[in-house]
Amino acid sequence: MTPRDLVDEALGGITARPARLVLTALGTVLGVAALVATLGLAQTAAGQVAGRFDAVAATHVVVEARTSEADTPVTLLPWDAEERVDRLAGVAASGTYARVAESAAVTTVPVVDPSGAARHDLAVVAASPGLIDALRGRVVTGRLFDAGHDQRGDPVALVGEGAAERLDLNRVSAQPTLFVGDTELTVIGIVTGVFHHIDLLDSVIVPNHTAERLFGLTGPEEVQIRTDLGAAQVVGGQAPVALAPNEPETLVARVPPAPGSVQARVEADVNALFLVLGAVALLVGALGIANVTLLSVLERVAEIGLRRALGATRRHIAAQFLVESASVGLLGGLVGTAAGVVLTVVVAAARDWTPVLDLRLAAGAPLLGAAIGLAAGTYPAWRASAVHPIDALRSAG
Amino acid sequence: MPDEAPVVELAGVTRSFPGPPVVHAVRGVDLVIRRGDYVAIAGPSGSGKSTLLHLMGLLDRPSAGTYQLDGADTQAMSQRERAAWRGRRIGFVFQAFHLLAHRSVAENVELAMVYAGVARRLRAGRARAALERVGLGHRVAFSPATLSGGERQRVAIARALVAGPSLLLADEPTGNLDSATAASILDLFDDLHRGGLTLAVVTHDEAVSRRAQRRVRTVDGRVEEGA
Repeated sequence: MTPRDLVDEALGGITARPARLVLTALGTVLGVAALVATLGLAQTAAGQVAGRFDAVAATHVVVEARTSEADTPVTLLPWDAEERVDRLAGVAASGTYARVAESAAVTTVPVVDPSGAARHDLAVVAASPGLIDALRGRVVTGRLFDAGHDQRGDPVALVGEGAAERLDLNRVSAQPTLFVGDTELTVIGIVTGVFHHIDLLDSVIVPNHTAERLFGLTGPEEVQIRTDLGAAQVVGGQAPVALAPNEPETLVARVPPAPGSVQARVEADVNALFLVLGAVALLVGALGIANVTLLSVLERVAEIGLRRALGATRRHIAAQFLVESASVGLLGGLVGTAAGVVLTVVVAAARDWTPVLDLRLAAGAPLLGAAIGLAAGTYPAWRASAVHPIDALRSAG
Repeated sequence: MPDEAPVVELAGVTRSFPGPPVVHAVRGVDLVIRRGDYVAIAGPSGSGKSTLLHLMGLLDRPSAGTYQLDGADTQAMSQRERAAWRGRRIGFVFQAFHLLAHRSVAENVELAMVYAGVARRLRAGRARAALERVGLGHRVAFSPATLSGGERQRVAIARALVAGPSLLLADEPTGNLDSATAASILDLFDDLHRGGLTLAVVTHDEAVSRRAQRRVRTVDGRVEEGA
């Protein structure tokens, strides 16, 4: 008897009574469906938590130079850091940041006039064109500077919303002029809404090369990167290499914690109760399979006797009933998995969530059903193999 | 072929069932069935003829004595060896037919080859040939439920023949059939006998035992040659 014969005979046995097959598998279907839906919904919910509330944090990467013991950076970032980082897959936007002056005297009029416009002490920051976008900032009025301004070292500046208020600037259409010390800059835009580096809102922001030309800046201090959702870990690993191919270890990337650890905690909380319910349903399912298989053995005593007369060994008989109950379990597991996946998707759709389901769960759940069927069939299979052929053949005669 | 071993050689075979009271179903039976024999084993119920058939069919083991099947000592065989010999050397025909209701006629016949170790690709052809041999070539794809009693018994006979057994053992093969149908089954047995098959038919029906070439009577667990 080949394994294929065994499977054929077992399938022939269980498909002989389709209605009973459905009822037998029902417990396993419910149990597996409960488990899959519970785990699937927990994963989906955890994915939503990360997606909704942590999107800003989860996509924010900062690369900066490692500092020496004297708290001074051991290396400088390249001027073209933004271009290098933008080439990496998963980067949505990036830009460099460098503090030019903690506090500089800024006025809107050139002459120092005690009775005139007041002087304000504002920070001056050098940035690459992409920084505001990388920090999710936006323009209140005017425009951002671009790569052209940067390359030419044009004397232009952005002003943070807070700084603009102090300087009494609210429109830039007239291209107002700003004096940082003696240096004259044209204000082209007012920005707001940055999620990180909120100090930018109280700063004057100039292009990198403008800062190099006018204020003697030697290089960017850090690169702010906004990544696609889920790409932060990878980008954090690649960015130092892209910025300093010869000595990436001199740079340090700050990345958000891996989402897995957060999810695992959320799942553990949500799951416990439903997993217990699923396990109970599976136990009931196993008892159902055991019960019906035992009933089937008793009903099919004559068939067992016939098979023995046709040359089946006790082992053949036991194997057939084991494969039958395992097949019922597998079938229940397959249907249950499908139902669980559908349930997860439906609930996710109803709540406008993105369904998240571990493929290993979808692949493993039917096997769990098969294992349960196999375990449930052990005792009935043993009973079947112990049927004496003479009694069996006589009983139906 | 005088030197050829007999198909069945029982020597001093006894089968008793532990009681209380202890029942001696078969006592000290010596019986030889040679290749090509057609033997009827007749006797009243309780005379031990069914036990004798179970012993010959390797469904039961003697309490004492020896049983050689095709010259091989069956006492020394394990449960698995006996099952294999049953599948390959013995064809059973039962009073109750014992067909699987949910399988087609052909699948019922093929079942015998599953355990006899016949390769899958050969089974369909052999099943068809066996069904044609019993006159049911036109019923291959039918369900047993749609067949008459006589046709069902012919399917069972085809199943018993398909693995090419040394011995066909029939237990009251006509017990569930009317006399006309029974006669056609007995005609089939005659045909098979003429074709060289060795048959042993257990029956309490004189009409059945008269058709055999050789008759054995069982009385109180012993056998007597002749009618």
